[in-house]
Amino acid sequence: MSRAAGVLPFWVDVLLIPLLNIGLAFLVSGLVIVTIGENPLEAVRLMVYGAFGYEEAIGYTLYYATNFIFTGLAVAVAFHAGLFNIGGEGQAYIGGLGLGLVCLATDQTLPFALIVPLMVLSSALFGLLWALVPGYLQAYRGSHVVITTIMFNFIASALMVYLMVNVLIEPGSMSPESRSFAESAWIPSLHGVLAMAGTHITPSPANVSLLWALVCCVFVWLFIWHSRWGYAVRTVGSNESAARYAGINTRRVVVFTMCVSGALAGFVALNEIGGVHHRLLLNFTAGYGFTGIAVSLMGRNHPLGIVLASLLFGALYQGGAELAFEVPTITRDLVVVIQGLVILFSGALAYMLRPLFERIWLQLSQPAAVTTDA
Amino acid sequence: MSPLRVLPALLALSLASVFAAEPQPAVVFDMGGKFDKSFNEGVYNGVERFREETGIAYREFEVTNETQREQALRKMAQRGSDPIVGVGFAQGPAIETVGKMFPDTRFTIIDSVVDLPNVQSVVFKEHEGSFLVGMLAALASETGTVGFIGGMDIPLIRKFACGYEQGVKFVNPDAQVIQNMTGTTPAAWNDPGKGAELARSQFDRGVDVVYAAAGGTGIGVYQAAADADKLAIGVDSNQNHLQPGTMLTSMVKRVDVAAYNAFKSGADGSWQSGVQVLGLAEGGVGWALDEYNEALVPAEMRAQVEQAEADIIAGKVQVHDYMQDNNCPD
Amino acid sequence: MNRESASVAAPSVEMLGVCKRFGPVRANEDVNLTVTAGHVHGIVGENGAGKSTLMSILYGYYEADQGELRVDGQRRTIASPSDAIKAGVGMVHQHFMLVENLTVVENVMLGAEGGWHLQRGRRQVRDALARLEQDYGLEIDPDARIDELAVGLRQRVEILKALYRGARILILDEPTGVLTPQETAKLFDILGALKQQGVTTLLITHKLREIMTVTDRVSVMRGGRLVADRDTADTSQSELAELMVGRKVLLTLDKAPATPGEDALIVDALSQRDRHGVARVDRVSFCLRRGEILGVAGVSGNGQSELLEVLSGMRPVSSGRFSLPGIQVDADRQTDPARLRSLGLAHVPEDRHRCGMVGSFAAAETAILGHQAQPQFNGHLLSRGRAIRRHCAQLMSSFDVRPPNPLLRSAAFSGGNQQKLILAREMETRPRVLLVGQPTRGVDIGAIEFIHRKLVALRDAGAGILLVSVELEEILSLSDRIVVMFEGRIVGEVAASQADEQLLGLMMANAHTPDSATVRVA
Repeated sequence: MSRAAGVLPFWVDVLLIPLLNIGLAFLVSGLVIVTIGENPLEAVRLMVYGAFGYEEAIGYTLYYATNFIFTGLAVAVAFHAGLFNIGGEGQAYIGGLGLGLVCLATDQTLPFALIVPLMVLSSALFGLLWALVPGYLQAYRGSHVVITTIMFNFIASALMVYLMVNVLIEPGSMSPESRSFAESAWIPSLHGVLAMAGTHITPSPANVSLLWALVCCVFVWLFIWHSRWGYAVRTVGSNESAARYAGINTRRVVVFTMCVSGALAGFVALNEIGGVHHRLLLNFTAGYGFTGIAVSLMGRNHPLGIVLASLLFGALYQGGAELAFEVPTITRDLVVVIQGLVILFSGALAYMLRPLFERIWLQLSQPAAVTTDA
Repeated sequence: MSPLRVLPALLALSLASVFAAEPQPAVVFDMGGKFDKSFNEGVYNGVERFREETGIAYREFEVTNETQREQALRKMAQRGSDPIVGVGFAQGPAIETVGKMFPDTRFTIIDSVVDLPNVQSVVFKEHEGSFLVGMLAALASETGTVGFIGGMDIPLIRKFACGYEQGVKFVNPDAQVIQNMTGTTPAAWNDPGKGAELARSQFDRGVDVVYAAAGGTGIGVYQAAADADKLAIGVDSNQNHLQPGTMLTSMVKRVDVAAYNAFKSGADGSWQSGVQVLGLAEGGVGWALDEYNEALVPAEMRAQVEQAEADIIAGKVQVHDYMQDNNCPD
Repeated sequence: MNRESASVAAPSVEMLGVCKRFGPVRANEDVNLTVTAGHVHGIVGENGAGKSTLMSILYGYYEADQGELRVDGQRRTIASPSDAIKAGVGMVHQHFMLVENLTVVENVMLGAEGGWHLQRGRRQVRDALARLEQDYGLEIDPDARIDELAVGLRQRVEILKALYRGARILILDEPTGVLTPQETAKLFDILGALKQQGVTTLLITHKLREIMTVTDRVSVMRGGRLVADRDTADTSQSELAELMVGRKVLLTLDKAPATPGEDALIVDALSQRDRHGVARVDRVSFCLRRGEILGVAGVSGNGQSELLEVLSGMRPVSSGRFSLPGIQVDADRQTDPARLRSLGLAHVPEDRHRCGMVGSFAAAETAILGHQAQPQFNGHLLSRGRAIRRHCAQLMSSFDVRPPNPLLRSAAFSGGNQQKLILAREMETRPRVLLVGQPTRGVDIGAIEFIHRKLVALRDAGAGILLVSVELEEILSLSDRIVVMFEGRIVGEVAASQADEQLLGLMMANAHTPDSATVRVA
């Protein structure tokens, strides 16, 4: 009874339909923009220009995309085990705490070459620990991971506020922020690295974390599809009874997957704290953990898709800011509406156009059909 | 005093900005947004007044994450805006960075201090205003227990709380102050439901006057006070009119004036860099008395508070500032 | 319910030149079906022959790409189930579409509430149920909750639902798959009563015996085409089987007598209790020797599934013990599937979709399920994709899995080929003990034959096989000894040579229950 999944050719499924969905989202956004009396074409032009039109814009787009790759991968990995990790926000936050503590402790003494691996490790470790507890509760106590990860987001932010206000605040500072790290604990910026190579580009927050994010994509791809652990993860996620049948310890897999997921989310701190702010501060996660859910959904939980979706969301963030900057009547709330429409059309309504395309495709391919004897 | 004030026009040319033939002032609101019923909205009111009076348009931007602060300030400067007002202490580091990049652009930061020759820092002595409303709370309280509801637990809010507590204790050393913070995320600045809940729980514990320093969350606190027939104290702007009859007073912090002055002085050339500390003496903070709360503040109460106000201005009474040592004396 | 059409003799269903394609697959190709009013009309065919598609077109799940549909002589467009219901067509699905925590009345009413005031709808349904009971002998307690009802009665609710909506043409999709022989007999009684009242029944099944018992006429489908129409009286099981498969089929299995060897699996007073403390497996004892097939008969849901899961390590032992060479398992010393597998125990699960495979996995990945940690499939860090695919290709060729493509999604294979892949995976390890549940459920006749021969070959190679099946035919033709399970207990054991369906049917219903009727199916 199931409709053959492979009716449509790959490129229609993976390229054409998502592009049309985004197009539809922009169409509806355009209507909204028209109703407030602005020119929608101009708005789109500003948004695209603001996201890709000049070096700094590209830098910002890539910087946002870096966050989304990390959180998107975190959501995707958990999703492959059938877990819905809503806690990327908190894990990233606590990952930042770990990274910040390491930087504050070592930036005066250790050289760059030693601090950076420590930063990677500490952000992963802290993010991991923050996901471990909900994972454990899900596996051994049956508390649903959706609920516990949401709760842990709140606990993370409570903990961070407490620590920033009472412990880590720079003495005499107005705002609850730590002192700035020494430059030995800065993740190099892309413009800095390129400058060393002799190419000069406009400074932007994009930094080497982006490359690490791409490494993580490869890692996740190998892990999920080409390792026995990934096999166990996918088995648990697609068919838990089959996993039990296969002698896979499903509880251990749940905890383990949450740990990997949390570590990936923790890497957001590399980009934000290590690469941009160079000091520990509140709310640097700014909802990237939640946006990661949409990114993963749109990227079909595949690293390649996640990279593309991250670029899209990075462009929406940066282009959206540009739009709000240039057109006073388009407020940041309207930008959120546009982002929401893109998520709606490419996430929630992703399959809206499919039946139509299936029908068209069948019509087109009618004469070329092959008879198979079932 | 500053020799820098003739430079913006040159700067605009040097940056080849096509937009700024005439330097336009600009404001970068913080995450709460310009309609937060509180701090950012105060700034908004101030810059709107400037626009209405002078007819000079201004640029504005509302940031949505940490990184955008610096981005927005830099863009404003690139476009030749001048002066540029940054709202809130969180923009301090960004102003510092961008201020260095654009030494010829004038920046004003509200609620924080940035030590650069082209930055004007405006800070308020919230502890002084809070001290006075604390006195009023203690004088109006019948139970000897008063409440404080903050937004997020950050040093600035502790500064409010600390001044308030000192004012309460100044009147009645045995009075009790119950403090609650609304939350740990920025959502705490706009959670009237939670505010009302916290207020009710404080009332259950004997509180009969509550001071809310929590942005939009305060609306719920005032409503809860009106419902329970307790007294509430507003914050930032004069909020007495919100619940006439149960609003004891408001601790006003004139961010609107600060923003207006920054734009105004920028336009007429009287803008000066350096730190401006606006306390009771400067009229930057104070307590609101109007037709909505006259009945609640009898003459002798008023006299007592006005005396204390004069003493603080004269330096006879010292109100401790939490931020000086991140500590509040008991 | 006045459905007399212009021409009295018009057939109740006509499908003319119906074509339906899914992508490149032609599920139905120029099908012409005519069903005489008031007949029980059987439709047989292997899995994937197109019978479900055809019925789905009639019930409005799919629209035909080409062709014409006539109901009671009138041309109809049926684009959705609600169109079908309007045309008087009702369907009873293989998997019941009932809300388990609602009562019979509420379920019948569902989707036909007749306005917002439920009380009126309830009264109407109650009246209608009483009338239907009178007309067709469909007795049921209208206030019973579905989850309290036995499977046979649930099916009856489905029939009542269809009739309540005015169905005069009833499609039954594999209705007997979940029934005991006794329940099956009752169902056929009901079909008789429906026929008396002029209801037309379309019976989809792969059980040829049932076709011979209840139908008036039978259509055979193969490869999407309708290949034959026969009056039931003029045909035979073997002719139908040949038409279905397209070649001669051996319905009986030749096998040498067993030569049992040493004990391979000893089960002693083994119990398994579920979360509520109910004993699903209740003090079961038996001994399985190498070189024999021990059949476990029983109506589905009497503890056979749980027995398999305990013995394979998927469920814990609550009390008692079982042992195989190298391990003894009891309540204090639990085990897990991986350990048992390493000791030479293989397991073909009853429900391949639930635990035998992962539908979204490539065939090659399903082919290492349970063996995923073996060194031959893994390098230091990454798994060895080529070795895994080669392994799968070998399994596919030795068990004739089609298409032999290790990269195809497991769910894209037909049921028989999925099952063959799973059997290959479990049997090619040369296990000492093979637990096998429902080896031929949803499998084509051609493949059944193949699977049975493979099982006997494995027995002859010295494995002890525990065979759980609800198909008595299968139990009878494969087993050397048979035990019967009822409510978690073993209620009897017979040598296969002394068993027949009549006897097993009575044992399965635990003969002294009042429910026991003579088994009518010969």
